Amino acid sequence: MKPFDILIVGAGIVGSAVARECALIGWRVGVIEGGTPAGGATAAGMGHVVVMDDSPAQLALTAFSRSLWQRDSGKLPKSVEYETCGTIWVAADDEEMVEVHARREVYEEAGVETRVLTAAALANKEPNLRRGLAGGLLVPGDGVVYPPAAAAFYLAEARRLGAEFFQARAMSASQGQVLLSDGVSLVADRIVLAVGTECDLLPSLPIQKRKGHLVITDRYPGFLHHQLVELGYLKSAHKIADDSVAFNIQPRQTGQLLLGSSRQYGNEGPEAEPEMLRRMIDRAKQYMPGLENLSVLRVWTGFRAATFDKLPLIGPAAGLSEDRSLWLAAGFEGLGITNAPGAARLLVDAMLGRKSAIDAEPYLPARLMEPARLAHA
Amino acid sequence: MRETFPVTINGATRQIARGTTVAVAMLLAEQPCRLSVSGEPRGALCGMGICFECRAVVNGIPHRRTCQILCEQDMTVETNR
Amino acid sequence: MTRTEVLVIGAGPAGIAAATAAAENGRQVIVLDDNLNAGGQIWRGATVEKAGSSHQGNAAKRRAMTRLQQSGAQVLGGRCVFSVEASGTLQTLQETGSDSLVEQFQFDQLILATGARERFLPFPGWTLAGVFGAGGLQALVKGGYPVAGKRVIVAGTGPLLLAVAAHLAQDGAAVSSVLEQATLAQLAPFATSLWANPAKLVQGARYRGKLWKTPYRTGSWIIEAIAGSDGRKLGAVRVTNGTRTWEEPCDLLACGYHLVPNTEIAALLGCTFRGAFVQVDDAQRTSLPNVFCAGEPTGIAGLEAAMVQGEIAGLSCAGLIGTSLQKRAVVERAFARRMEKAFSLRPELRSLPRADTIVCRCEDVAFGSLHGRTSWTDAKLQTRCGMGPCQGRTCGPAVEYLLGWRPVSVRQPLFPVPLQAFCSHDERVEINQLKEKV
Ligand SMILES: Cc1cc2nc3c(=O)[nH]c(=O)nc-3n(C[C@H](O)[C@H](O)[C@H](O)COP(=O)(O)OP(=O)(O)OC[C@H]3O[C@@H](n4cnc5c(N)ncnc54)[C@H](O)[C@@H]3O)c2cc1C
Ligand SMILES: Cc1cc2nc3c(=O)[nH]c(=O)nc-3n(C[C@H](O)[C@H](O)[C@H](O)COP(=O)(O)OP(=O)(O)OC[C@H]3O[C@@H](n4cnc5c(N)ncnc54)[C@H](O)[C@@H]3O)c2cc1C
Ligand code: FES
Repeated sequence: MKPFDILIVGAGIVGSAVARECALIGWRVGVIEGGTPAGGATAAGMGHVVVMDDSPAQLALTAFSRSLWQRDSGKLPKSVEYETCGTIWVAADDEEMVEVHARREVYEEAGVETRVLTAAALANKEPNLRRGLAGGLLVPGDGVVYPPAAAAFYLAEARRLGAEFFQARAMSASQGQVLLSDGVSLVADRIVLAVGTECDLLPSLPIQKRKGHLVITDRYPGFLHHQLVELGYLKSAHKIADDSVAFNIQPRQTGQLLLGSSRQYGNEGPEAEPEMLRRMIDRAKQYMPGLENLSVLRVWTGFRAATFDKLPLIGPAAGLSEDRSLWLAAGFEGLGITNAPGAARLLVDAMLGRKSAIDAEPYLPARLMEPARLAHA
Repeated sequence: MRETFPVTINGATRQIARGTTVAVAMLLAEQPCRLSVSGEPRGALCGMGICFECRAVVNGIPHRRTCQILCEQDMTVETNR
Repeated sequence: MTRTEVLVIGAGPAGIAAATAAAENGRQVIVLDDNLNAGGQIWRGATVEKAGSSHQGNAAKRRAMTRLQQSGAQVLGGRCVFSVEASGTLQTLQETGSDSLVEQFQFDQLILATGARERFLPFPGWTLAGVFGAGGLQALVKGGYPVAGKRVIVAGTGPLLLAVAAHLAQDGAAVSSVLEQATLAQLAPFATSLWANPAKLVQGARYRGKLWKTPYRTGSWIIEAIAGSDGRKLGAVRVTNGTRTWEEPCDLLACGYHLVPNTEIAALLGCTFRGAFVQVDDAQRTSLPNVFCAGEPTGIAGLEAAMVQGEIAGLSCAGLIGTSLQKRAVVERAFARRMEKAFSLRPELRSLPRADTIVCRCEDVAFGSLHGRTSWTDAKLQTRCGMGPCQGRTCGPAVEYLLGWRPVSVRQPLFPVPLQAFCSHDERVEINQLKEKV
């Protein structure tokens, strides 16, 4: 078989976004998926397209990637359900209000529009929040998508531009060659691992699974208007060791409410855990008491691919592997939906030796091999 | 004698016999239980709590399976929109 | 938290027999059912009192109910089981007009007697007002829906059609025809096999007796439901026998394609399956030591089988074995196999839905949008098919027949429940849904 310019293992949102980006520059692209396309973390996550300021590098990537979502918005099919509903970071008390102002500065500096909401303004925007909250920070440019449809759109675009799709598991990937479970062998100049949480193709991938629970309700149009996240979210998202829950709720275009989120290491079973659910729902009720009466349709779990510094791995696998043909697009933790278009762009820039819109250095996999960082891990 | 009591369906009050399920009351009133996602009127299909086509707003609470709920005196029922 | 030794889910014939047998042999038994009254689908009681009703009431049912009451087993109706752990707890939701109540139960042994539901196959017009399931219309009639004087067509497949037609006729409906998709040739061996099960022959004859004027057309099926002059309600159906197509006017259509077992709880518990059915041994024990299963989830075999299997399950829970019962169970299983053959679905039914025919009624997913999808999971993720409140209970079996995809992945809650239900520990949680409104 004629060699491919690039083979992408994994048709989640990240692999699909990379496939489209490569097809757009006219490369001969092959996409390999062992399960249902977009059936991994991409089928499980919330689809919040959000600028996050937990580190300067995360802020830069999420802001850049969000701008690509906005740029693409006219092209996205209806099924992607892209909507700029905005995020409100909810402050429970005056102490958190201080943080609201601090955060506003960080966002403004990065050119991300925000608005501080007083208690009254918050209540006005989201009447179903409990009374007595201190206020919040509105980030109007944030949005919501339906991730499986977004991934399917990217993959369909790539295929329309000539990419080939292989429904098979990649059993090995090295030195420009990928061996598929159906016996087929494919050859390419480059191989991208966009494998989500599955590390068996490169066991040295420093990725841990971080479990999350999600709950979706029946349709209650008008109950909620913005994605609401408690300001303490970052604290909980950053805890490395402990299980944590935070109030995080999303209005779906269907009128449904999608409720997150929990974070756990160590449990790799897909079952929903009653205790985590209870904690998560109790937390949510503290912010929105009226939730308790809403009807729940389904509960499920998903796994985030976590790296120790919470930043993704985008670039050559150098440092993790001697193999010069291997590239990585993995380790997106809870931000892979937001970051997929940005990551795809950075990766292709790096492959072409093109200058990127943002500094790609912080996401290079090689960083994880620096001695100081290793000690950290 | 069959006992009846008033039930208000989409604003109109009618007498309903004790023991009548809410889904049946909607049929008697010729009102759909719900408007589907694309706006089609729908009512009970399976009659046994499986299909969820009979969801309606009962006493102000949306999405109730009306084939599994008996009418009560002064109940209000509305089409789930 | 309510504790009991034996917990039976389902108060149909299998569950009633199981509960009775276990309780008569000294076990403490609770029976839970989503329906308000015991009886299941076949013995479903009328909730509305009917002046001068001509229904005789069924002797077998009366006997079974009397024995159940005397056995000491406690029946709790209107409880929908939404979560269960094999370790011995489950949760139910009870709903009335204004309240929801979550309760927890603890058990040593569990008997699954969850019965079956109708299989629906989509055809143009099946979402019109006036189109019901076959068992569906019967259940609604028992819930107070008057059909006297209405022109009704009963269609689909399975022995249920005749029972439904008879029941509707008895309530005064003008049943203008019964349309059975299976051919006479297909049905003949089954009809003969009725001789081997005398009780069933009597049942069958009674159905026909009430319907002596109604044509029973085999090898015929509905291809479309057509709206009447107002454009919203059913006015007629288009019928075919494969060579000829005709229209029949009607007010109501009762259409169902035999039964599919309710196996969600067994799947959630992790019981081993044999094909679509829960695998059980001679004692009705599933692959889990403290979980038994009786009736339709183990095979669609009708009333007698359900009662025999239920009794065996109940006795097994009490540590007894009924050898003679087990022999009867073998006969019933053979009957189930013949029935499956007799009412197997004809391939033409696969071409009934048009591109714009709704398949998933919860999410309004049209047949055409499933084109190009590769599996149930793919279809679910990309079209929302099966993602609504019924969680694929209705469209799942249809899609399985139309496209060969096996619906997968049962999760708690098994039925939609208020969010608050997840916060209950071990006490009863009353959810006053009106609280927020006032
Ligand atoms: C924004 C959003 C909204 C949603 N809304 C709804 C909703 O309204 N209603 C609803 O019911 N669900 C909804 N979902 C949930 C979704 O349909 C699934 O429930 C979710 O993807 C998780 O699946 P699961 O864990 O429940 O199923 P699982 O049991 O995990 O898996 C489903 C299927 O995927 C297969 N599978 C899993 N992993 C692999 C693999 N690696 N390779 C191949 N096959 C695999 C399984 O075998 C199974 O067939 C929503 C999801 C999102 C992201
Ligand atoms: C609970 C939860 C909530 C989240 N919320 C958000 C959010 O609000 N916003 C946001 O931006 N992100 C969110 N995320 C994160 C986001 O969902 C993920 O980062 C993103 O989906 C990752 O996409 P992916 O393509 O890398 O991985 P996946 O979607 O997992 O795709 C990887 C694919 O690779 C395939 N694969 C793996 N190995 C092989 C092989 N050897 N051969 C063939 N195929 C293979 C798998 O089958 C899979 O389909 C959330 C995640 C979770 C779990
Ligand atoms: S009619 Fe099907 S659930 Fe009520």
